[in-house]
Amino acid sequence: MTAAADSPPRKRPFWTIERRDAAAGYVFIAPQLIGIVTFVLIPLGLVFWYSLHEWNVLANTFNFVGSANYQMLLNDKALPQVLLSSAIFSAGLVVLNMSLALLLAVLLDQKLKGIVVFRTLFFSPVVVSLVAWTIVWSFLLQNNGGINGMLQMIGVEGPNWLRHPSTAMLSVVVVQVFKNVGLNMILFLAALQGVPKELYEAARVDGAGRFKQFRRITLPLISPTILLTSIITIVGSLQVFAQIAVLTQGGPGMSTTVLVYYLYQQAFQFHFFGYGSTLSILLFVIVAVLTFAQWQLRKRIVFYEN
Amino acid sequence: MSKITHLKSAAAAAGILLPLAWSGVAWAQDAVNLRMTIWSANEAHLAMFNEIAEGFKATHPNVSITFEPLPFDSYTTTLTTQIAGGNPPDLAWILETTAADFVNSGALAPLTDAFAATAGYELDDVNPSATALWTKDGQLFAYPFSTSPFAIFANNDVIKATGAKTPAELIAAGEWNWDNAFATAATVGQSGKAGLVVRDFKYQSWQNLASIWRGWGAAPWSADGKTCGFTEPAMVGAMTAIHKAIFTDKAMPGPGEDIDFFAGETGMTITQISRASLLPKENPFDWDLVPLPAGPAGEYAVVGQAGVGAFAAGANAPVAVEFLAYMTNPENSQKLAQFFPPARASLLNAQTLASTNPLLSAEQIENVVIAGISSGTVLPGHTNFAQIQQTVRASLDSLWVADADVPAVLQSVCDSVAPLLAR
Repeated sequence: MTAAADSPPRKRPFWTIERRDAAAGYVFIAPQLIGIVTFVLIPLGLVFWYSLHEWNVLANTFNFVGSANYQMLLNDKALPQVLLSSAIFSAGLVVLNMSLALLLAVLLDQKLKGIVVFRTLFFSPVVVSLVAWTIVWSFLLQNNGGINGMLQMIGVEGPNWLRHPSTAMLSVVVVQVFKNVGLNMILFLAALQGVPKELYEAARVDGAGRFKQFRRITLPLISPTILLTSIITIVGSLQVFAQIAVLTQGGPGMSTTVLVYYLYQQAFQFHFFGYGSTLSILLFVIVAVLTFAQWQLRKRIVFYEN
Repeated sequence: MSKITHLKSAAAAAGILLPLAWSGVAWAQDAVNLRMTIWSANEAHLAMFNEIAEGFKATHPNVSITFEPLPFDSYTTTLTTQIAGGNPPDLAWILETTAADFVNSGALAPLTDAFAATAGYELDDVNPSATALWTKDGQLFAYPFSTSPFAIFANNDVIKATGAKTPAELIAAGEWNWDNAFATAATVGQSGKAGLVVRDFKYQSWQNLASIWRGWGAAPWSADGKTCGFTEPAMVGAMTAIHKAIFTDKAMPGPGEDIDFFAGETGMTITQISRASLLPKENPFDWDLVPLPAGPAGEYAVVGQAGVGAFAAGANAPVAVEFLAYMTNPENSQKLAQFFPPARASLLNAQTLASTNPLLSAEQIENVVIAGISSGTVLPGHTNFAQIQQTVRASLDSLWVADADVPAVLQSVCDSVAPLLAR
């Protein structure tokens, strides 16, 4: 027996360099991937699955109803009001938050003594617990609360902030703006400090005033940050829940019942988990469309993007 | 150490550990942990429940019971979320307003047969009027452990300081009606303190106003639950009186003012007598407990009920039902009666209630507790209550402003809630 002639051709080892690299890559992304699959993709699939069912928690029944929940969505008389409230909230929040954040960032983008103290002050609400922040505001906004007390000292009779439809929405928006304006402010501040100073110098030489410099140099150069913050703010505004739950419970009337709160009511208070899931699919579609639209807009508005 | 010694000591260790581990497994298999959700975090209540649970342990050493207090405001929401999440408690308190939802759903284990089979339970002693709300097709699905009349607690220190007449004085003069009660509250309210607080109402839980509007003979819907009652003349009259008391006379704190009677500084509050446990022990004030005043429709009483049921789907459902039978047997019902007015006829007498309610005088027990339970109507409830509650709440919000058009708002309430009631 001649060993060399009969032995099978030498097997290629299983762990080739490519396979080893690929495996290492998968191991590296595994923690993130497992997290996304477990906490995002599977729940997303389940919500869609639930939305095709009528789920009675108490009776423990789970029946397939096809598109019935989506029909209900189209016929829901309360939904237009809810979407309007959501739109008003989001619009109010984005406009107020972004303009205030930009204003603060411009004011704080100075080389002054102690400026860091102010930056910290304006940023600090971001790190405060959302519910604690909102509960404190709920005391301030009470009819006999702190804000009306201060107004009284200067002889003004303040409204019952949380009990009138218009002031209730305004209150919820302002509480949310003050909570999160610091985050956008810091992002704007970083963007402002990234604008090359020689551009302003050149503009000044060419005779551009302060306002023109801001419009022609600052705004275009920080536009990627404006896009980013506007996406974050709009998506965040559609998810507002704790403020509504603590401050107004959706009232007075339906004036502050935004989509997420309405969804919560349907699913967790009225036990219509199927319809609640349908509403969250609607929310998902709205967020996806808005984000896509903004991403498309970047080509026309945002400077520096290809 | 030699190899042999190693082996020996290993064998010895295994000899000790294995039986221990085995007994641990056996013990863990038999151990039953029951969980009951409740909405009271009151220490005295919890101590009493733990005492009853300890008593059950005497005959069931493997059973331990945990009482899980949930916040009252979101109680039912939290409970149903636990159920939806596949983690239901074994037993739960249930509010009268949601009784229909739970009893009709099939979620609860039937109790009648188990109670009847329990030695010494005396099911006949339990008042049928108290169990009506919790019974379906002759089967009891939750035990009404508390049938608590709504009454008025008065702070006589606060009322006398403003020169107004106290409820006791009005009762003595035979003038205890809503006109005079609101007048006393208005005097207190206009002095800068709060006049009358309807506890837990908070301009959200409108069903608590039943403690006032029943005096006008008003009800939110017809007895069969199908027709809206907010536009009935009695309801319009009652709501007009309440609106005037809030916005014209300042007899009741307005929306957005959160006031606790038991902290002092408030003239009167409408609440259930089980709240007597909140009366301050340090810095006590001169308090009184009186029945609800007469309304235009005469004298009346309103009770709130709380039931406790066992979930049918739980693995320990039979043990849970057994514990429920123990918890509500004659002996333990007497313990429960110190905080929760009982459903057992044998306990509904001044003597028993006086010995279990040291806080209340014989007069208060007779006039408020016994009279209230025997004649009271239960707080309004309905199938699908949460959605009906929210819908009415949203429409009623426009009533809580100074210049509201009461009949028009009540019409809008009926417009929005009628389709839900008719369903």
